[in-house]
Amino acid sequence: MNLLSIAPTLAQGPMPTEMGGATLFHYLLVSAIMFGLGLIGFVTRRNLIIMFLCTELMFQAAGIALIAFSRFHLNHTGETFVIFVLTVAAAEAALALALVVLLFRRKETLDASSWQDLKG
Amino acid sequence: MLHLLELLGSSALATTLASTDAALASAPAAGGGVIAAPMWASLIVALPLLGAVLSTLMAVMGVRTKLPALMTVGLLAASFVTTLALFLQLQGGPAAGLKLYDWISLSWGSGAGQTFTASFGFDFDHLTLLWMLFVTGLSAIIALYASEYMSHDVGPGYCRFFFAFNLFVFSMACLVMGDNLLLLFLGWEGVGLCSYLLIGYFYRKPAAVAAAKKAFIVNRIGDLGLLLGILSTFAVFGTIEYTKIFAIIESGVLPNGQKLAEHWANWVIPALLTCGAFGKSAQLFFYVWLPDAMEGPTPVSALIHAATMVTAGVFLIARMYPLFVSDPHLIVLSVVAWAGAITAIWAATIEMAIFDIKRVMGYSTISQLGFMFAGLGILSPVGASFHTFTHAFFKATLFLGVGAVMHGFGGQLDLRRLSGVAWMRGFGLVGIAMLIGSINLSGVPFTAGYFSKDIILADAFALPHGQIWGSTAVAWILLITAGMTAYYTFRTYFRVYAGPKEFVPGDDAELLELGRHPKGVSIEEWHKQHGHGHGHGHSHGHGHGHDHGHGHDHGHGADKTATQRVDFDPTTEEFDPHPPGAAMKIAIAVAMVLAIAAASLYFIGPKGGWVAGMIAQSSAALPESVATHAGGDHAHGTFFGFDPHKVMYYVSAIVGFIGILIAAVLHGPRGWQGLFVGSRTQAEKSRADAFVTLFGPITTAARNKWYVDEIYDWTIRTPLLVLGHILHFADKLGVDGLVNLAGQIPRGLGRAFQTGQRGVLNGYALSMAAGIAVLAMIALLAST
Repeated sequence: MNLLSIAPTLAQGPMPTEMGGATLFHYLLVSAIMFGLGLIGFVTRRNLIIMFLCTELMFQAAGIALIAFSRFHLNHTGETFVIFVLTVAAAEAALALALVVLLFRRKETLDASSWQDLKG
Repeated sequence: MLHLLELLGSSALATTLASTDAALASAPAAGGGVIAAPMWASLIVALPLLGAVLSTLMAVMGVRTKLPALMTVGLLAASFVTTLALFLQLQGGPAAGLKLYDWISLSWGSGAGQTFTASFGFDFDHLTLLWMLFVTGLSAIIALYASEYMSHDVGPGYCRFFFAFNLFVFSMACLVMGDNLLLLFLGWEGVGLCSYLLIGYFYRKPAAVAAAKKAFIVNRIGDLGLLLGILSTFAVFGTIEYTKIFAIIESGVLPNGQKLAEHWANWVIPALLTCGAFGKSAQLFFYVWLPDAMEGPTPVSALIHAATMVTAGVFLIARMYPLFVSDPHLIVLSVVAWAGAITAIWAATIEMAIFDIKRVMGYSTISQLGFMFAGLGILSPVGASFHTFTHAFFKATLFLGVGAVMHGFGGQLDLRRLSGVAWMRGFGLVGIAMLIGSINLSGVPFTAGYFSKDIILADAFALPHGQIWGSTAVAWILLITAGMTAYYTFRTYFRVYAGPKEFVPGDDAELLELGRHPKGVSIEEWHKQHGHGHGHGHSHGHGHGHDHGHGHDHGHGADKTATQRVDFDPTTEEFDPHPPGAAMKIAIAVAMVLAIAAASLYFIGPKGGWVAGMIAQSSAALPESVATHAGGDHAHGTFFGFDPHKVMYYVSAIVGFIGILIAAVLHGPRGWQGLFVGSRTQAEKSRADAFVTLFGPITTAARNKWYVDEIYDWTIRTPLLVLGHILHFADKLGVDGLVNLAGQIPRGLGRAFQTGQRGVLNGYALSMAAGIAVLAMIALLAST
């Protein structure tokens, strides 16, 4: 199955002219790339703050996909959901950064591997 | 339970005064059959129980005086007076009954044998009264003795002692006076418990604890027989009340219509009851617990393990005698006769070899109990009961005397290390008491022990052939044992009480603690330091503080003050034996007088004396069908052609004197104390030492109690221990293994997955991503 060949058919309804030609496929592509970057970053980096930023990146990627599908299906459920997710993400960011600060105070380092003593 | 019984006691007290007159008035009116006993008779049981309750209260309140002892002496004396009053009232009349309340009442149908009743009630017949007279009388005397003997332990231990003491008398009274077998069983187990508690009184001493356990466990074996006997009695007779059982036996027809003479019950039930009696009275295979029971305090040995509790077996057989003689072949009585004879001679051989004077008394009790059982077996319940009665007094006297020596010499009991005790200051009465006890035990003419033993011996010889299997052989064994008894009794007397004054103090823990005893000094060293042949008991010049922690004065000189505590130094100081005080002396004197006075009972009343009259009026009397040798059709057994009843007076006297003579030759000191045939000049050496080598290993074996304990250890204890270990392993591997396996499964699973948990955050993320990817792939592939 060739995903690129079916891409034009994924457009539904007229798009704003400035963004003419951009279909659901493109949005999902951006979302996938962002998610992939976030995942790779989370897996490869050791710095807790970078890792946290990577999770945010994955979060936003999922948000883009949700909005794209929402637009594609012409209802606002997805968009509404993303607004809530962003609110929660903001609160969660504060919490996560606070945790990072606490962890840093314990070991004077941001290296995630320094917390390996929690292994089973 | 205690509350309930206390209520009972107080209600008995309350009704005493009110009912006395009525009971007295109604007693003669009842005429034949069982009359009602006065209510105050229950005081015999209630007073010791009250004593037990008060002792407990005193222990709780922390009484640190001799109050428990005084209270016990008072209550037991009152109990004795009550018994005496009851005896005087019922003497010569029919048996009296007294029902306090229905203890157990069960019914599971209306048919015969479907109702089980056991009342808390008493039967006072002459056998019961005979037993209760010496049980309550002796317990009062020995409580007085114990008040001083145990005084080193004033406090909780003292209360504990007198609690068990009172509970013992209560249990013994239930055992003897109960009107049914279940109440007898209650008392039986109660005295067993008290025996256990009192043997293990010195619970810090491992030997005492082991002895207590041994006594309890050995008795359990016998008690199983007793319990089975009681259950069988109910199964066969449909009742456990004596009067009803005896009525059925007299009629000869069981409730199910079968004849008792042809029914298995006439020998199976006696055999089971005999098993219980053997356990309690230390006969045959069961005797091993009694010598060890001497670990208990001496008053306990005197009362429980010599005079009263151990005679419970004799009582049980005498109580159920109608059933025993209902067997036409008298199988069980033959077994009883032989068991008694074998036990008597077996214990006598051990006594002749051992050196521990208290153990000598313990084995002597076993031997004398053997006489009693043999008496029961050879159809002489009179002889057995009379011997029980006289033995109670003279053996108590002997034990109290031994206790005084033990008390005075720091627990020394080795007859090689004591000599001439009777001549030491303050021990004169002990010496006289021991002599009185010894002549009774040896059967010197005109003593109580002489008459009672004579009845058994004469009846054994007089029994016609065939009535009891091998009765003549039993008689000969008993006669030989009588000679041995005289020997070992006077062996102890000549060595310990007669002869040159000399002693080595025992290693009483108390003395060691106070530094008053040279621990580890051998007898040779001691003699080197002190020389021998002179008394060590007169060292008043030293003025050392001779305080054993006893809170009372033993009559030492005024120059000795308890405050001057100087460590004991055997080179400059000498141990000072303390003679018994007033309480012990009074108790010994009373027991001694009673032991002498018991002889007069032989001359009171009809042929055979007062006890014969008592037994004749009780259920233990021989029925006419069995009492053939008393003028029946069968040929009268003879002793070399003479009438045993006439000639035995002389024969047993001669045998006794031969035994005493041998003892005098081998162990007697020079001069009249050794009756001019002895030669012993020091405590540990006697002519017997040279004589003993002739026997070689036999003496060693006898001294080691024929290795019976070791044999039991190898044949019973070790196999059981091995079996226990095998079963333990089986349990550990099989049952525990399965349970542990169930626990191992989740643990193994956890361990398998444990390696994934490396604590690397990135790794977790990667595996999560990989997992999602795999799931997505599956979903994608499945959809196409």
